[in-house]
Amino acid sequence: MATEILMPALSPTMEEGTLSKWLVKEGDTVKSGQILAEIETDKATMEFEAVDEGIVGKLLVAEGTAGVKVNTPIAVLMEEGESADAAPAPKAAPAAEAPKAAAAAPAVAAAAPAVAAAPAAVHSNASPDWPAGTAMKTMTVREALREAMSEEMRTTPEVFLMGEEVGEYQGAYKISQGMLDEFGEKRVIDTPITEHGFTGIAVGAAFGGLRPIVEYMTFNFAMQAIDQIINSAAKTLYMSGGQMGCPIVFRGANGAAARVGAQHSQDYAAWYAMVPGLRVVMPYSAADAKGLLKTAIRDNNPVIFLENEILYGRSFEVPDLPDFTIPFGKARVWREGSDVTIVSFGIGMQYALEAADILAKDGISAEVIDLRTLRPIDYDTVLASVMKTNRCVTVEEGWPVGAIGNHLSATIMMRAFDYLDAPVINCTGKDVPMPYAANLEKLALVTSAEVVEAVKSVCYR
Amino acid sequence: MATRKTPVKSNSSKEDLLHYYREMLLIRRFEEKAGQLYGMGLIGGFCHLYIGQEAVVVGLEAAAEEGDKRITSYRDHGHMLACGMDPKGVMAELTGREGGYSHGKGGSMHMFSKEKHFYGGHGIVGAQVPLGAGLAFADKYLDNKRVTFAYFGDGAANQGQVYEAYNMAELWNLPVIFVIENNQYAMGTSMKRSTKSTSLFGRGLAYGIQGEAVDGMDVQAVRAAGEKAIAVCRAGDGPYILEMITYRYRGHSMSDPAKYRTREEVQKMRDEKDAIEHVRELILQGNHATDDDLKAIDKEIKARVNDAAEFAKDSPEPALSELWTDIYA
Repeated sequence: MATEILMPALSPTMEEGTLSKWLVKEGDTVKSGQILAEIETDKATMEFEAVDEGIVGKLLVAEGTAGVKVNTPIAVLMEEGESADAAPAPKAAPAAEAPKAAAAAPAVAAAAPAVAAAPAAVHSNASPDWPAGTAMKTMTVREALREAMSEEMRTTPEVFLMGEEVGEYQGAYKISQGMLDEFGEKRVIDTPITEHGFTGIAVGAAFGGLRPIVEYMTFNFAMQAIDQIINSAAKTLYMSGGQMGCPIVFRGANGAAARVGAQHSQDYAAWYAMVPGLRVVMPYSAADAKGLLKTAIRDNNPVIFLENEILYGRSFEVPDLPDFTIPFGKARVWREGSDVTIVSFGIGMQYALEAADILAKDGISAEVIDLRTLRPIDYDTVLASVMKTNRCVTVEEGWPVGAIGNHLSATIMMRAFDYLDAPVINCTGKDVPMPYAANLEKLALVTSAEVVEAVKSVCYR
Repeated sequence: MATRKTPVKSNSSKEDLLHYYREMLLIRRFEEKAGQLYGMGLIGGFCHLYIGQEAVVVGLEAAAEEGDKRITSYRDHGHMLACGMDPKGVMAELTGREGGYSHGKGGSMHMFSKEKHFYGGHGIVGAQVPLGAGLAFADKYLDNKRVTFAYFGDGAANQGQVYEAYNMAELWNLPVIFVIENNQYAMGTSMKRSTKSTSLFGRGLAYGIQGEAVDGMDVQAVRAAGEKAIAVCRAGDGPYILEMITYRYRGHSMSDPAKYRTREEVQKMRDEKDAIEHVRELILQGNHATDDDLKAIDKEIKARVNDAAEFAKDSPEPALSELWTDIYA
């Protein structure tokens, strides 16, 4: 049966082209793969190959014709024994066959945040993380992290820890101290210094059925591996139509330590919080470090778990429960107040809580909220608080452009505009690489004094 | 037309030869059809065809066992067909439809089948190499005696993460076969213009990894090399590197005018080294089938590919609600 050869689209954007040259003539026998014509697009001159064998019947478009629309019949291919006259009269160029459904409407906003003018009723998610009367024990953030990993490794054989110096050295920051002895070298794995490579291997291991915990000595070094974290770990579930998930935890020290300069002092909270497919956790207290890390290890998604070197040695009360976890997406109200809402996370909480103490002495009652997880974010607890206090200050160590505080401000503006008595102020690290000199470093970081000043400003005091 | 030197006697059985012929022809016809659908605007974006390289995946899949894993780059259609994925589902993913393996959310470069142990389909050059080593890491951890084929091209061979993966794969004796599909061109850059190395598998020796170069246009040679590499990995002595010397007939992607090589060079490969013609000659010389038998196979494959194309055209676009699914498990 005769078939029409159509003007091909030869690039993702081509709509028409010039048929510059025929390389076959009527009556020629052609094989599949043989070059039929040269076609000039806006980018290049391309060779156009036959996909079927047959005899060239009619050439419908003369060489040199410009502006030939994609899908216009340009020739007729006959089978052996057919005559060109038997060819069907060329029809008008068929419209692109792509179905029309997609053109319908971009009405998919359903699951996107509603931009309703009238604020919907908002209820705080905040609730106690453990029952009243629970026995407590004092432990450092470091011990809490270790306990979380060890407990999960005891119950789940697929969980293992991998990273630089996690085994024999007992952890660069001693988080994994003693774990090699307990779990052996099969499950506490020292890697060479090769973040890109071992991150890829860990992600592959997660695809293959394991539940890796990857420790970065600091998150600065995870920059070497950012492609595997974003492109491989975060996107594969979506790209595979739900077939292939990546249960993995990437954890390590994030943010500024002290006097280690620009390449070792950076807060990645806002970077990772932008990426759909990732969960992002940034705990402040030891109880949150433990409860959230256990949740992270059990989660079937890639989790970025941002720790802080300065907080590792700090002690907090942790509930003495056999299996203590904290769900993602639930903020913690550290301190209730009525005049202003201070929202922070990670080490920013230190400045927020210090500021609240100072403000209390000045007669300003601050409500302090720890987001704890940045993806998902517990918007409702923040909004419910702002609707009560009518003022908000955000605190974080990261840079000011595209900060978590910016995003919260926008959300508050959209969902609680009428409740605001003052613009939201974002307290952040300064817009500079971290300097080494002690005085300059101090200046670059966010401080409790700046938070106090911001709160007074939004309270018009 | 120059002819290749074909051994008068093949060491393969009739069944094997006909299997190779059928599988390689399916890939070629499928890819030709994909090119045609791209030309009609039914396939969008980037589309990288595997035409010319068919013997590599068909030979290695013939050596693999159930449960073995594979992972590759964005030139992935051949790998999917060779490991038994349904041409309909693959083609429908190319057209971005609900019936595709990823419900249209992955496209040509990002497709997966957990059932067939096909782990993608990865769009970032070289990223699949440590991922493949990671799959093998999981197999070793679980002690299940499986091997992983991690495919990449001569272009990816210059990515640093490949060597990070080599180092750890050998350090931990991972059961992974690194398959370098050396098709001579990294997009438009020939190997000569990108490295002074003349052997890519040889770079593995620096890490203590054994390997060899193989005529990737000879499906029997590919299979034999694959069987050897698999035996090494299953015995716990992995990894292994196979550098498949092969050739892609078509451009890097559909929009590649291929000005970096001559038409004569491509034609010479087709005439002298074509893997499908090679097997066809072996079949006819060995009197394993007649010309008519092979024509019947051609017809059957063509019908299968046409069915896949019809399915891919008729399958509806994904529901708009799919935009928001599969982001989190």
